[in-house]
Amino acid sequence: MNDLASASTSALELTSAAAFRGPLVLEARGLSKDFRLAHGLRRDLLSAARDVSFGLYRSATVALVGESGSGKSTLARLLAGQERPTSGQILLDGRAVQPSVRRQFRAYKRDVQMVFQDPFASLNPVHRVRYHLERPWRIHHSRQSGASVKAGLEQLMTRAQLAPPELYLDKFPHELSGGERQRVAIARALAAGPRVLLADEPVSMLDVSIRLEVMGLLDDLRSRLQLAVLYITHDIASARYFSDEILVMYAGQIVERGPAEDLTLTPAHPYTQLLVASAPDPQSPMGIARGAAPLSTLAGSSLPAVGCRFSHRCPYADQQCRTQTPALLPISSSRAASCWHLDVAAPELLAAGLRGRVPP
Amino acid sequence: MQAGEAMTGAGTAEPVLAIQDLSVSYFSGDREVRAVQHVDLELRPREVVGLAGESGSGKSTLALGACRLLRPPAVITGGSVVYKGRRVVEGGLDLLTLTPRQLRALRWREIALVFQSAMNALNPVLRIRDQLIDVLDAHLDLSRDEKRERAAGLLDLVGIPRARLRSYPHELSGGMRQRVMIAMALAVDPEVVIMDEPTTGLDVVVQREILQHIVELRERLGFAVLFITHDLSLLLDISHRISVMYAGHLVEVGQVAEIQRRPAHPYTVGLLNSFPSVRGPRRQVTGIPGSPPDLGSLEPGCPFIPRCGFAAPECRGVDMHLLSVPGSPPSHVTACPFVLPGAAQPKLLEPAGEPGSRT
Repeated sequence: MNDLASASTSALELTSAAAFRGPLVLEARGLSKDFRLAHGLRRDLLSAARDVSFGLYRSATVALVGESGSGKSTLARLLAGQERPTSGQILLDGRAVQPSVRRQFRAYKRDVQMVFQDPFASLNPVHRVRYHLERPWRIHHSRQSGASVKAGLEQLMTRAQLAPPELYLDKFPHELSGGERQRVAIARALAAGPRVLLADEPVSMLDVSIRLEVMGLLDDLRSRLQLAVLYITHDIASARYFSDEILVMYAGQIVERGPAEDLTLTPAHPYTQLLVASAPDPQSPMGIARGAAPLSTLAGSSLPAVGCRFSHRCPYADQQCRTQTPALLPISSSRAASCWHLDVAAPELLAAGLRGRVPP
Repeated sequence: MQAGEAMTGAGTAEPVLAIQDLSVSYFSGDREVRAVQHVDLELRPREVVGLAGESGSGKSTLALGACRLLRPPAVITGGSVVYKGRRVVEGGLDLLTLTPRQLRALRWREIALVFQSAMNALNPVLRIRDQLIDVLDAHLDLSRDEKRERAAGLLDLVGIPRARLRSYPHELSGGMRQRVMIAMALAVDPEVVIMDEPTTGLDVVVQREILQHIVELRERLGFAVLFITHDLSLLLDISHRISVMYAGHLVEVGQVAEIQRRPAHPYTVGLLNSFPSVRGPRRQVTGIPGSPPDLGSLEPGCPFIPRCGFAAPECRGVDMHLLSVPGSPPSHVTACPFVLPGAAQPKLLEPAGEPGSRT
């Protein structure tokens, strides 16, 4: 049961909540990524992603939620083809992606595009908006006349709600507001005509009043262009609103997954419970100032080397948690969690969902 | 008009910091950008006051202005900032008329600042201990051992292991760096701590831990906090009173419960509707369409008109004075004379979960 291989196979029995919207487009199968760290003479392996499996479906959004350092950006970089996995496979339309086959890999990179967190850093300050959009457009639409490039750019910008295009084309990034800059970054990603959009914290640098507009734009593009979207965020509230399925990542592993609404309202894994309880919520403020109880021990202490990676912060942890790694096991047809003590952490959920499939 | 005269909660003590009618402008050539206009803000002993506003609203300019830390082209064009604390009682001190020497004695010792983005505020080539000791050296006369002991005690205070004294800033996580900044602000026991976006960019769990620390420390050490952020939902959690700022003006001031349950200014309502709720029922989130105005070319009247769902021709005549909100205690004031509190409550959505029912 504590064998990691069983985690990925058992996860396959699940039906993703995103699969209701369209067919599978991009699949991660048992993806792992290790980084080598050097501390003086000591060499360490940092396991940024461990045996991660999930699928992205046409016209659906899957949210990847986790704290900084949980490995969610590493996963995005793996999927974008910017890093090679240590083990595991990425499949586009059921075919394994092979970076060594250059032609195929180029097509893959066109199909899978990325939007980054910081639109200040991801746009070149010395180039105008026109350059940022025209270059990817020309790369991916070779031998086009000037007029059709112009028409293409205008369509891109209108799609990204940068209208009228003439107002923006000759501006530099510093002349745009944060929301406008992020819309340029989105238009740039669309220039390649992708089928998959990886959005890595696309709104966390923006003002709250602007965030919803950009999220709304992404959601609109998802449905109009039938994009498969991976929405990476640390904000589980926005994941609840803008995704079909949520994957919760902790220390490189998916610790819980399920339909967005279910998972946020009845989190099963103790880490997901902590995330939900920590999120500020104007509808139900926690009232820290008015004596709400503290939630957890300090984050950031070093991760345990063996056993459940959350055990050092978990209120339910016992000897088993500290020695054996729990597998990601189904708790219903669409939900799974990796925790030895779901019977204590989420008893009602377990009773409702499992019916005979209780882990030992 | 004074914000919140009938205070409850933190008591009716005299304010430790009183910002009155403060205005700040940035001058470039013959252009004047009015970043802060006629702002009143009071901070009473041990009180947490939240200041909410998006980028460009003038909230950081207000904080820097209150400490007289602005540099040209920013100019304080009017108002006063009076500080009256444990160590300075007689009549109070107007920061805007102090000599540089008096100011030096006041800053950090009485009023400390925690800046946004701790990575930039800490010196990357000095160990944490040396940076803490620098602060102690500047303000207190202590022996070498006392300083080391106190530096270690400061890390204890914010929950960082003492071994980290020897670390450089890059060896700490973002949350730890931010806690070091808070330790540094508390180093010489100030009476007022101004925190400008102290948790922006941290993830929610770490953010919540830091907020808890701030609240606990405030109770233990008895300082008052002016907490500045664009995230109104955070302020609902930690403040006693909230001031909402838009385009250089305060648009609404009130107790937390008033702001949360009976927001009276359309901008406040918009902010409250900008947050998807994680624990509550699913409701429509709308955000605020458009972007903040250019402060250099403001039209007459209310600056929120272009983004306001309630805007009417009369709004051009609004002078942005704070008026009491009908049916609320006198501490609740708003700059919008037209929209009644609670007029724009968000609607509940049908129970969701089915694919396709998304907003």
